[in-house]
Amino acid sequence: MLARIATFAIDGIDPRHVWVEVDIRSGLPAFTIVGLGDAAVRESRDRVRAAIMNSGFEFPQTRITANLAPAFLRKVGPGFDAALAIAVLAASGQVPAGPLAAYAVFGELSLGGELRDSPGALAVAEGARRAGLKRLIVPRERAREAALVEGLEIAGVPTLRAAAEVLGGSALPPLPRETQAMPSDAAEPDLADIRGHAAPLLALEIAAAGGHNLLLEGPPGTGKTMLARRIPSILPAMTREEAIEVTRIHSVAGLHASGLIPARPFRAPHHTVSASGLVGGGAPPRPGEATLAHHGVLFLDELAEFQRSSLDALRQPLEDGRVTIVRGQRALVFPTRFMLVAATNPCPCGFAGVRDRCRCGEPDLRRHQRRLSGPLLDRMDLLVAVERPSEAELRAAPKTSSATARERVAEARERQRRRLAGSRASCNGEMDARLLRRHVRLEDAAEEILAQAYVAGALSARGRHRVVRVAQTIADLEGHDRITQVDVLTALSLRQRSASETALAA
Amino acid sequence: MRAKACDACTARTWLLGRLAGRIEKVRARVEDLLELDDDALIAAVGGRARGDLRRELDRLEVGEVKARARGARLETLCRCDPAYPPALRALPAAPAVLHVAGGLDRLLALVARDPVAVVGSRRATPYGLEMALGLGRGLAVCGLPVISGMAFGVDSAAHAGALEAGGPTVAVLPGSADRPYPAGKRALFRRIAEDGVAVSELAPGARVCRWTFLARNRVIAALASMTVVVEAGDRSGALVTARVAGELGRPVGAVPGQVATPQAAGPNALLAGGACVVRGAQDVLDELFGAGVRRAAEPRRPPPPELRPLLAAVAAGRDTAAALAGAGFTPEHALSELAALELGGFVRRGPGGRFSVLP
Repeated sequence: MLARIATFAIDGIDPRHVWVEVDIRSGLPAFTIVGLGDAAVRESRDRVRAAIMNSGFEFPQTRITANLAPAFLRKVGPGFDAALAIAVLAASGQVPAGPLAAYAVFGELSLGGELRDSPGALAVAEGARRAGLKRLIVPRERAREAALVEGLEIAGVPTLRAAAEVLGGSALPPLPRETQAMPSDAAEPDLADIRGHAAPLLALEIAAAGGHNLLLEGPPGTGKTMLARRIPSILPAMTREEAIEVTRIHSVAGLHASGLIPARPFRAPHHTVSASGLVGGGAPPRPGEATLAHHGVLFLDELAEFQRSSLDALRQPLEDGRVTIVRGQRALVFPTRFMLVAATNPCPCGFAGVRDRCRCGEPDLRRHQRRLSGPLLDRMDLLVAVERPSEAELRAAPKTSSATARERVAEARERQRRRLAGSRASCNGEMDARLLRRHVRLEDAAEEILAQAYVAGALSARGRHRVVRVAQTIADLEGHDRITQVDVLTALSLRQRSASETALAA
Repeated sequence: MRAKACDACTARTWLLGRLAGRIEKVRARVEDLLELDDDALIAAVGGRARGDLRRELDRLEVGEVKARARGARLETLCRCDPAYPPALRALPAAPAVLHVAGGLDRLLALVARDPVAVVGSRRATPYGLEMALGLGRGLAVCGLPVISGMAFGVDSAAHAGALEAGGPTVAVLPGSADRPYPAGKRALFRRIAEDGVAVSELAPGARVCRWTFLARNRVIAALASMTVVVEAGDRSGALVTARVAGELGRPVGAVPGQVATPQAAGPNALLAGGACVVRGAQDVLDELFGAGVRRAAEPRRPPPPELRPLLAAVAAGRDTAAALAGAGFTPEHALSELAALELGGFVRRGPGGRFSVLP
């Protein structure tokens, strides 16, 4: 007898429809699985056999052939266990085969017959809805996550037997209750924790409001990381679509417990990360940190310590908002729309400019500069020096809180959204030269300052665009209709110094 | 393109290049060796190959040596020529031939305009770099050419300061004048060759050895009307430049530094020995032309009144946006006004986001 049920393979971060077909006919007892499975799929035979028997069903003592179709797609991981077991049960008449057409099944089995927590349930649910299926059986722990997809009935079951009962017509088990929110003392980091740092706070707000990439430069221990960690808290809340996309990515990567991820991701890979760890790769290709930071913040601490090859690999993701990973015959696309925040010491010892503390010679400084410079630095719209706060500042009350800043950011974003409606860009950071010409209006005095800076050689042509983009964001934050002189001056002061402007150019 | 070197001097240049490796190994003062004539020099450093070297020199095709200099687009001038800079003749061992990139006429014009040598450590501190840059700029503004050695650190900061102010500058190189040494100073070398001159006493293709630095330093000291040491460790080559300048009877100046800083040991020792204190371009002018005879830069147009409080705060040591915030300037004001001051040329942003007031 033949039975067939739908499941989904996860290819990169996308679901691919897979049919599990099981054929049972008389012959010597054997259980073979065909269809380009990896070692985990081969081992699935033993798990399925034990799980069926330990759930109180009978494992057919005949010739069983299982096929995972389409046969050209490489199938990875233990997520096919449950579908295989259900198909075996249906083919041997132990569950009714009729309703199977409306179902998809996803999950790993334990030998005892429990459905184990498996990563990627949200992606599978999206696949099921797209394939027009009505119901999805997933491990109980993943039910809430899968239920984020609308228009699909989710059966979160603890065991294979419970799954069989659902197929047999019993009512769907209720969704598990929302897991308790974290206790409040582990709350999100907030800008109210910060003392002093007036200029960096301003830069943070501008960066968040315009989606600009930000470079924090300062001696060790001054609070660069602390500042960077608080950026997600002032970014506007994610839309539901964005949140689902983020949840799907994190679920596939196995990083996420349950439910919808509410906050924008903040990823801070260690500087030893490889190029494929950063942008994705491996076999099978998995999303890298850039993709995990999608819709959030990618923070590179100690930028100068990263391998050049890793940083160079970030170029395409930064430019296009996605990265294409080609392995063998296959190309996978991962989304990478993140805000890049980097921190670095100003020189190898970290105390550049502090007259009697910096011990770096010119060659050291040049080496440091060379390690930093390059295409990545070129994408940094804002550069701000982070200083040690003074004793008085440490004791003073906080200047702002994330809630206040977020409100201002949201208002500025709203202005940008209105202005840029209908174009490819959604915030000032994404404006290209054409959009700049069309949408940006400067007051005459502002125009004059910009011209003066350009003529003085303080700006390259590209640097000029950067300054205008940032000035536009400052104007949006301040509610100016046209960019004023002060907006341009502030943007100029937060610009990145080209090498020819520093004393090192000598 | 002019090639005005005579055959004997050209042969001498070739010989120095040929013996470079041997001179390196001989334990004698380079200046003493360079004073020897060709035969004596071969005898002093040639060892067993003396005879061969002598024969090589006799059979030398001077035309080929000259053609090589022409090929490297270098103009040449030898000490037999009446146009040879008189300042250099003061040296006991004046360079036989000057190889010039950037124009022989320009070099001669610059040397006649009281050039000032600004030299110092390769491993300069940010303070030293800032001082060298400011000195280069200040001297260039008063129309004095700046001479230095284009090394890392103080030397190149001095060149860059002069170029920044639109003034000409002379780089005396330890290797050939047709290529930058150190190679990392390519960009600076290009600017110098455009707006100033690069000079060397060695022919194209000459090796850079330890002794060529010392030889170069004596040329710097002799070309300059005054030598200023910005920062130098105990054994820095800049001190050789200062010593030669002293021996030639030219004024020597030094920029005072912090006593505890190793790079300040050289200039502080010079000051203790009676060198002139150099705090800025004005001190150099006073020493060269008499106190108060020439004024350093014209008093500059003052900053707009609304920027003055911030400029005063920066001058008082609140040199970062954070420090200014502590003095009651809001970050919005501090950032935009700093940018305005920077554009106006009143302050400069240094490493670590620290601003310094420009003289």
